[in-house]
Amino acid sequence: MLKIAKERLNDLYAKIAQTQGLFLPVKKAGEVNYCVWSEGKEVSLETLKTVKSPKNMFFPQTENMMKFKTEGKNIEVIDVRESFDERKPFVLFGVKACDYKAIEVLDKVFLADPVDTYYQNRRENTTIVTLACSKPEESCFCGVFGIDATAPQGDVTTWLDENYLYWQANTEKGESLTAQVEELFEKGGEEEVAAQQETTKVVLESLPYANLDLSRFQPENLNELFDAPEWEKMSEACLGCGTCTFVCPTCQCFDIRDFKTRDGVIRYRCWDSCMYADFTLMAHGNSRNSQMQRFRQRFMHKLVYYPSQNDGMYSCVGCGRCVNKCPQRLNIVKVIKTLGGKNND
Amino acid sequence: MIEETLIPKVGVITDIRKDTPDVKTFRVVGTDGKKLFQHMPGQCAMVSVPGVGECMFSITSSPTNMDYMEFSIKKCGCVTEVLHAMEVGQQITVRGPYGKNFPVEEDFKGKDLLFIAGGIGLAPLRSVINYVRHYRNNYGKVVIVYGARSKDDLVDIEEIQTEWMNEPNTEVYLTIDRPQDGWDGHVGFVPAYVKELGLDPNMTAVLCGPPIMIKFTLAGLLELGFDKSRVYTTLELRMKCGVGKCDRCNVGDKFVCKDGPVFRMTELDELPDEY
Repeated sequence: MLKIAKERLNDLYAKIAQTQGLFLPVKKAGEVNYCVWSEGKEVSLETLKTVKSPKNMFFPQTENMMKFKTEGKNIEVIDVRESFDERKPFVLFGVKACDYKAIEVLDKVFLADPVDTYYQNRRENTTIVTLACSKPEESCFCGVFGIDATAPQGDVTTWLDENYLYWQANTEKGESLTAQVEELFEKGGEEEVAAQQETTKVVLESLPYANLDLSRFQPENLNELFDAPEWEKMSEACLGCGTCTFVCPTCQCFDIRDFKTRDGVIRYRCWDSCMYADFTLMAHGNSRNSQMQRFRQRFMHKLVYYPSQNDGMYSCVGCGRCVNKCPQRLNIVKVIKTLGGKNND
Repeated sequence: MIEETLIPKVGVITDIRKDTPDVKTFRVVGTDGKKLFQHMPGQCAMVSVPGVGECMFSITSSPTNMDYMEFSIKKCGCVTEVLHAMEVGQQITVRGPYGKNFPVEEDFKGKDLLFIAGGIGLAPLRSVINYVRHYRNNYGKVVIVYGARSKDDLVDIEEIQTEWMNEPNTEVYLTIDRPQDGWDGHVGFVPAYVKELGLDPNMTAVLCGPPIMIKFTLAGLLELGFDKSRVYTTLELRMKCGVGKCDRCNVGDKFVCKDGPVFRMTELDELPDEY
């Protein structure tokens, strides 16, 4: 294990940024989100929950996919993807355990056959440096999904305390990043890290949502859960604003649309939300006409449909962003408590 | 550069046939004059008009047609309206094929087949019917029941009358919803006609049409003694990607684009009623 004094972190950022793009949590206008680093930016590694998760590093909120040039009756399709070799590699720094797990959830969608090359291109060019949590908040419940917030995965895992950032490479990519920055580090930190992990685990176990029972969310209960009368009441207050889907690190619904420019047509993809009425609207009708149906879709997807398609892996990581952000105080915790196993009582 | 499924190929419309007042059949080839890609009956393709939008359509032509693909498209939304205004020679984009096909090489082989279609529902069935005609000896008796609002709304009526009706070991029954001048055939809705015909319940059935027709026809078939595990249909929901990633065409834990559009009725029974 390696360590670097906290006041030298800026040197570390500068060193990484010499050769690669560096994205980390930056405070701007009072909010912290992942941004590209440059000298003078107010980095905030301590912020537990960035407003948006780092999913937009791989799956941007809006991205151009291709261009069309039309002339008379003819169309030319122009591939606007950057090639793998041309693209500058980048480092995603300070990713918390929940958000890292969320990237694994997205991988199962975008890297499944046929691979989404837009996503893959960025994913393969990225080294992910995770940061263990030491001050979890009351809205956190990653442990429910088997995530250890004190030991996140990633190419490199780091821990932060009052004085130092501790660094441990886990993969080949991580080793190669370490080799680039090693000169700034000194050896040590095992004891401090172990001590921090122990203290944090005590906090994690005592969090209010630490013991949510997911046992009923199994594929074999799909129809029973779908038909549960409780959906009506649970969704009554939902405004259909879609905030939960935009702050969610695992929500991956997207739309593909065309935009006419003076220089042809740009086809782009952007985040979409299953909470919106026109999400499933077709020329001849809509398969989800009520907000109850849309609300049910979102939670059934996270807790039943996705696990059914992906060997039991849930598509919620317990980051708690929806708990904090829903204007109506609706969230997945309430759904789990209402429809989950009997130990939620 | 690595291939990307979301980036379409350019297709050229080489023929446009007006089938009914609101259905046109578009013949499409690549810019090199050759067929864009191979498919199996029941599979779909994403067709787009750049600047307007991209939609999923069933490929109406049979895979055994090696020269071109055809799409029978009803005018009912933004993209289809623009398509209907197009002229021969116009280029569009196409990507695919997507979805699971009818089990023509597996479960259908050696079986007597019953095809029931309503209106534009004939589009996906035309592909499988012509596939079966091409490999006629691999299949038993073929019965086709096809209905539309009026005689003018029967899609591909010329092919049905000149080719399908003259095919050996094949029966074709046509019906229209209301009596009409110049029509001396059957009048009445498809579900009622199916029951009237007293069809052999040992046939493997394929249903395609408006949801209400499917619902009542299926009930009629079950009354006649058909087994749900040998009744197939196709679903249609809004799609964007076509490959199970944009997460909009799911019914429960199945994606219509990837796990469908062809479903066995017994498979649908296991899914939530949300389609």
